Amino acid sequence: MAKTTATKSPLIRIAKREDISRPKAWLIRIAAILIALLVDGLIIFAIVHLNPVAVYQAMFSGAFGTARRGWITLRDAGILLCIGIGLAPAFKMKFWNLGAEGQILVGGIATAGCMIYLGGRLPAPLLLLVMAVASIAAGAVWGLIPAAAKARWDTNESLFTLMLNYVAIQLTSYAVARWENPFGSNTVGVINQNTQAGWFPKLFGQTYGLNLLLALILMLAMFVYLNYTKHGYEIAVAGESHNTARYAGINMTKVYLRTMVISGAICGFTGFIAVAGSSHTISTSTAGGRGFTAIIVAWLSKFNPFVMVLISMLLAFLGSGATEIASRYNLNDYAAQMIEGVILFFILGSEFFINYRLIFRGKEERAA
Amino acid sequence: MIGLAQTPVVQMKGITKRFGHVVANSQVDLTVYQGEILSLLGENGSGKTTLMNMLSGIYFPDEGQIFVGGREVTIASPKDAFDLHIGMIHQHFKLVDVFTAVENIALGLEGKLVLDKREVAARVKEICDKYGFDVDPNQKVYSMSVSQKQTLEIVKVLYRGADILILDEPTAVLTPQETDKLFAVLRNMKADGKSVIIITHKLHEVMSVSDRVAVLRKGEYIGDVPTAETSPQELTNMMVGRQVSLNIDRPAPKDPKPRLEVRGLNITDSAGVRILKDVSFTANSGEILGIAGISGCGQKELLEAIAGLQSVDKGSSILYLDPATGAQEQIIGQNPKKIRDMGIALSFVPEDRLGMGLVGDMNIPANMMLKTYGEGHGLLVNRKAPRDLAEEVVEQLEVVTPDVFTPVRKLSGGNVQKILVGRELASHPSVLMTAYAVRGLDINTSYAIYDLLNQQKAQGCAVIYVGEDLDVLLELCDRILVLCSGEVNGILDGPSATKEQVGLLMTNLQKGGADHG
Amino acid sequence: MSNFISLWQAAITFGTVILFGALGEILTEKSGNLNLCTPGIMYLGGIAALAGAFFYENGNPSPNPVVGVLVALLCCVIASALGGLLFSFLTITLRANQNVTGLTLTILGSGVANFFGGSMNKLAGGVGQISVATTSAAFRATTGLSGLGTVGKLLFSYGFLTYAAIVLAVVLSLFLNRTRKGLNLRAVGESPATADATGINVTLYKYLATCVGAAVTGLGGAFYVMNYIKGTWANDGTIEGLGWLALALVIFASWKTLNALWGSYLFGILYWLYFYIGGLTRYSQELFKMLPYVVTILVLVITSMRKKKENLGPAALGLSYFREER
Repeated sequence: MAKTTATKSPLIRIAKREDISRPKAWLIRIAAILIALLVDGLIIFAIVHLNPVAVYQAMFSGAFGTARRGWITLRDAGILLCIGIGLAPAFKMKFWNLGAEGQILVGGIATAGCMIYLGGRLPAPLLLLVMAVASIAAGAVWGLIPAAAKARWDTNESLFTLMLNYVAIQLTSYAVARWENPFGSNTVGVINQNTQAGWFPKLFGQTYGLNLLLALILMLAMFVYLNYTKHGYEIAVAGESHNTARYAGINMTKVYLRTMVISGAICGFTGFIAVAGSSHTISTSTAGGRGFTAIIVAWLSKFNPFVMVLISMLLAFLGSGATEIASRYNLNDYAAQMIEGVILFFILGSEFFINYRLIFRGKEERAA
Repeated sequence: MIGLAQTPVVQMKGITKRFGHVVANSQVDLTVYQGEILSLLGENGSGKTTLMNMLSGIYFPDEGQIFVGGREVTIASPKDAFDLHIGMIHQHFKLVDVFTAVENIALGLEGKLVLDKREVAARVKEICDKYGFDVDPNQKVYSMSVSQKQTLEIVKVLYRGADILILDEPTAVLTPQETDKLFAVLRNMKADGKSVIIITHKLHEVMSVSDRVAVLRKGEYIGDVPTAETSPQELTNMMVGRQVSLNIDRPAPKDPKPRLEVRGLNITDSAGVRILKDVSFTANSGEILGIAGISGCGQKELLEAIAGLQSVDKGSSILYLDPATGAQEQIIGQNPKKIRDMGIALSFVPEDRLGMGLVGDMNIPANMMLKTYGEGHGLLVNRKAPRDLAEEVVEQLEVVTPDVFTPVRKLSGGNVQKILVGRELASHPSVLMTAYAVRGLDINTSYAIYDLLNQQKAQGCAVIYVGEDLDVLLELCDRILVLCSGEVNGILDGPSATKEQVGLLMTNLQKGGADHG
Repeated sequence: MSNFISLWQAAITFGTVILFGALGEILTEKSGNLNLCTPGIMYLGGIAALAGAFFYENGNPSPNPVVGVLVALLCCVIASALGGLLFSFLTITLRANQNVTGLTLTILGSGVANFFGGSMNKLAGGVGQISVATTSAAFRATTGLSGLGTVGKLLFSYGFLTYAAIVLAVVLSLFLNRTRKGLNLRAVGESPATADATGINVTLYKYLATCVGAAVTGLGGAFYVMNYIKGTWANDGTIEGLGWLALALVIFASWKTLNALWGSYLFGILYWLYFYIGGLTRYSQELFKMLPYVVTILVLVITSMRKKKENLGPAALGLSYFREER
């Protein structure tokens, strides 16, 4: 028979919040980040027995301590931001593009290929243009393939794009083996080291000025595209319900293909920025997991490009900072990933407290 | 039996349940006696289902006590409810599609580690024989008809030893004949000493099957009366809280002329199953053509084919006859956008309001431009016109909303439907199709919708009304087309048709003799 | 012939890593949880097994192989189950998006594993210097049957975890298809609301399936560390690639553990084929390594073209369930 226990009602119940004011939501998010930093501090302390405050100071100086460090942090944030911007339209359409990693790589291969084969044969501006177009085309194709299968047969896009990442990684390995320099090193080395053909020119006297400018242009363009254009409206409708989109006369196949071409193209273009504007080489770690990190950036920002800037900055800061403490305290670079993981978990978890509230037993009247 | 009927099996006292700021049930007291059929009557949104969900362990009450067999109990989960011999058959069936009947029945039960399906099947057969059910133990649920699924749900509950059965709107998806069969089974159970609660808002069913009626209004308990001592009008007044007229207007058709000619429409789905077979009919301007049929017999596909949302077999034809020019235009092969571009004002209020007709997370203006966002040149959308339209619809149809910038998902069902209908009427349609336009709406909103349809009819629009409530179809429509397994099984004259006629046509295909008028 | 034998052996060893990953993931996905952190969990399982064995062997002048194996397995199971618990807490209790949480856990798992792996390398005096020889040898120990000529080499030349994976595939298949609990679990993944209404504790099933599934997946990491790379650590990301491949195998097997069994060995053959085909250049070998991924894509497309209900995976996969949603 049923229990007639003393438990009158469950200890904690969960109810959806009606509405939450914007400042309060942000307060919860900031609190989550602070708690995460505290937890990270404890982990650092447990491992290396160093004062966490000193460690964070070291991280800060690693990220912004000198102008050069600051620019490198900004460069990394810019790349993360570009990928996030590329993913935003796909995710808004509820198309799980987990293939940014591969799209960056094919864009990078196209860029590096142009640098190697065309470097010195074309005038600098034209070479850059050709590289950009090639990377965009490569990324677009990489985005188009899973979109076509999704549109035609409703093939699961998240797994398709994941697998394409590895196809792209093997393509990169192939390219690296082909272009390896010096022979036997299994790396491509810095391309056009002497001529600097196909490298980003300095802008405003800054090595990474162009990187940032491109990221900012992309960000503004994507903001307008998603919020004010007919395409953006179609993406929003399609993301909410396929049936509604059909009902409105929106051609889903077209929207899938078009949006994924744009998404893949931006990610491919990011590969161009990463190769021509930053590393000047290509390897299987050119994307370096940032294709995945950017998914979380896009998701947490709810596709708002301005929020993406903040999250990208935070992650880039952590990356640079962790590299600094790794070298200063003789740890290894992966500390950054660990710290990043913890912070992301706290931000993810904090969304719950923004959307729901807890009701403890005996507090019903007041809570309601 | 009289003596037996005095033993209370369930008592709910002072039950209150809130969802956020919404009070779904407020201080409800309800008693159920052994061996009775109790109707729980109330409008949509009056809290009937919520109340019963607390008895079946789906929700937990915020306040109040529940007594079963005279003892106070805590029902924190469906399992607790089963242990108290309470079983509920939900309106949306809780069955696993890819499982067989036996697997669904055995789900969640204690027992030996390895499931012996033959043993379960044998006991299922016993139950079926006792009450007169017919269940194939090895049939997968996804290949079952709606009424088979419902039977399975009832057997599942009985298998768990339920003595108190709760049925949520059990007849919504059944034909009159299937309904009679269900009621016969319920009477068998009552004779067996079981208590049955049926949640409903259909008065004639209350009158025909129940012993007692309990009425809820806006989450509050209004009272209960023995069925023999009340009338439909009295019950309606209790439900709505004031006098309402139960008659639906049916003005005479105004100058009916063919507007839409459907000829030889065939639809075959991807699995090769014929959904519609050689469907032919004409929809006239200035009249309401009703479409009746058991659920899933092709109504949805028929409307979607006309709206340009459904691919059809070769040779099908849907002609639109332009009232101004008399020109004929073929709609087959077009999509909704192209149909609009052809200058045809075809409006469609689909069954799935938030899943097809509207975008739940968008505000009212953004929903207003769902079909018109592409108008005008340039890449940017025009935001001014939809906002004006949104304000107009909110004002004219008396939509209750904080402002037009509220996401439509946050509005109540009736207001959502008003926004959808408002948008569709704003394009001054020459053809208006509605699917289950009043499902889930309260009586006031339902009548407001009937009035809007009649207005369209008076303006010369060809209205196609797909409905499930035969009483409404018979009172509202000028002609009633009955679909049976994807075929037109007869077209009846609305004023003279009877419910039995329609019911028979819904289930028994007339071989070769169907009148394709 | 000897070429075939060594391809076969390489395929079985490779296959066992992803078989564990896929078995764990199938169990998890049957509860409706789409756990995209298979690589992260395999990282956690692998590093925990290695760390356990490393500290045990370093602290003991004459380590006992059986104790070494037990310590390694225990550490592996605990660490990976904790990863599963973290995922469950975020997605089930805090209702975070499953895809995003899974990816985050992969970042965290690879960070933790490579951080400690790198630190252990440093402690041991350099990459490849970690010595868990006793434990790793015990993981790879074979019985006398491996000496039975070709048959022995084909069938009996593997460590005990290889056979454990086969047994596990069979047991899981029986559990899912024949037992009451297995039926309940499948119902949770197909339709949580239905399972809930029949009195099944949906949350408990989801938590348990995810944590046990993670533990099984973690064994793949341990097998990788102890058998595949013979008791050392390399920050080369191979384990991550294997993790995604395990995820692919789940789809390839259409969520059936017995299909995963032969599928894993097939993937192994496809993966190592380039090594045994003559005349390949170093770069065309890289193209050959795409094969398992390309095959998975083809399977993905073909199953989506056929659309058979039973092959499409749990209906509620990837969705969170909240009873009082309204």
